[in-house]
Amino acid sequence: MFKFEKLVFGDLGWGDEFLYATLMTILVSVCSMGLGIFIAIFAAWAKLSLNRFSSFISNLYTTVVRGVPELLVIYLIFFGGSAAVMKIAKAFGYNGYIELNAFTISVVAIGIISATYSTEVLRAAYLSINQGQIEAAKAVGLRKVQIFIKIISPQVLRHAIPGLGNVWQVTLKDTSLISVTGLVEIMRQTRIASNVEHSPLTFLVTAAFLYLFLTTFSGKFFNYMEKKSRRGFV
Amino acid sequence: MFFADIITSFQESLIFINFIEIFSALDETLLLLLISLPIGFFLSLLFALGRVSNNIFLSKTIASYIFIIRGTPLLVQIYLIYFGLGSVKAIRESFLWIALKEPFWCGVIALTINTVAYGSEIFRGGIQSVSKGQIESGKSLGFGKIGLLRRVIFPIAIRQVLPTYGNELILMVKATSLVSLTTYMEMTGIARKIMAKTFAPIEAFVAAGILYLFLNFLMVQFIKYLEKKYNPHLRLQN
Repeated sequence: MFKFEKLVFGDLGWGDEFLYATLMTILVSVCSMGLGIFIAIFAAWAKLSLNRFSSFISNLYTTVVRGVPELLVIYLIFFGGSAAVMKIAKAFGYNGYIELNAFTISVVAIGIISATYSTEVLRAAYLSINQGQIEAAKAVGLRKVQIFIKIISPQVLRHAIPGLGNVWQVTLKDTSLISVTGLVEIMRQTRIASNVEHSPLTFLVTAAFLYLFLTTFSGKFFNYMEKKSRRGFV
Repeated sequence: MFFADIITSFQESLIFINFIEIFSALDETLLLLLISLPIGFFLSLLFALGRVSNNIFLSKTIASYIFIIRGTPLLVQIYLIYFGLGSVKAIRESFLWIALKEPFWCGVIALTINTVAYGSEIFRGGIQSVSKGQIESGKSLGFGKIGLLRRVIFPIAIRQVLPTYGNELILMVKATSLVSLTTYMEMTGIARKIMAKTFAPIEAFVAAGILYLFLNFLMVQFIKYLEKKYNPHLRLQN
């Protein structure tokens, strides 16, 4: 059944390995969340723009990626990514073998998935800004970049924090799927440890607790941020 | 002649062959959904009722169940049921082993447990959004407890949460792909097998992706139909 002695730190147990794996999960989640928000800013911009073509492309992207299982997107990028990059490199005249490392592939894959959700959150947040604010900014003579930095971004961020908190939870849980790329995060470490020790239950329960710990505390952090962002706001 | 050539070359193309092969695994995916979704729906309603009940013990138990399931990835739950429970000797010798040795039933159980946690939270929101006046007027009309639930609370609550629950259904369609990691051969599993055989990952996974998109498209249409059917008061009168 559950073997506590297998979880000690040091050579006898898997405690330190699981600590590293947890840190790797956090690192991948943070990086892909960041990449996701970065993509989402442009995707939301495209979605809101009056240019039919760019809004069509953005809609296509969010619809397709959200309609396909996450595992399939990860497989596609993991197995198809290197081939695609090599084809692009060939077009530029480089004929060598390129292998992307597991971390990059994982961050890109989860980032692309996470971005679709962030796009919707940012789009909704932008639409909740009073249009009069932007008109007022134009009236006082701010330039487009200034309007974006000083008027739009702070308010979008404030409206988007609860939604981004949800996206973060989904992203964190999606990182369990990248164990198929061989990156040693919690899930991969669980498989390795249970194969060695022949005790899957112990390590799977540990993994469940680690994820529960991560989601709970990051949820608390987002609640705090949300409260903080609402200071003086009706 | 030109079009005939295009058609034959399309029929011989790898993506089309893959598509046919993955399409034949569609029923495995559908079977997972057709068992876990209806059970999940009814259990969600029951759990939501328990969550809002005055019995603190029941309500707290369900709240912690929801907390644990929503805080852990589905993959961990599937692995826990398939690999974790299978490693316990007492379970291997009990009658539960009949179901738990099959990856299919493990997938069904994991998907049901998962969707019930999300679904009951959604329905709880719906039940709590039913205004007090509606319940009071139902009571004053002489409905019993069951009648009140069946005729007043559930219709209003379910109508209210239909779009949100629809999202959950789409997430479930996507979640079935994870069952392939327990050696159950549904669409993603077949796509992975084709990839290992042909070394052409993009063709294999794009073919599977198209099928999942199609499945989700059908699901969206189904939800839209339900929304239209159960919101007659929002339709244009003519």
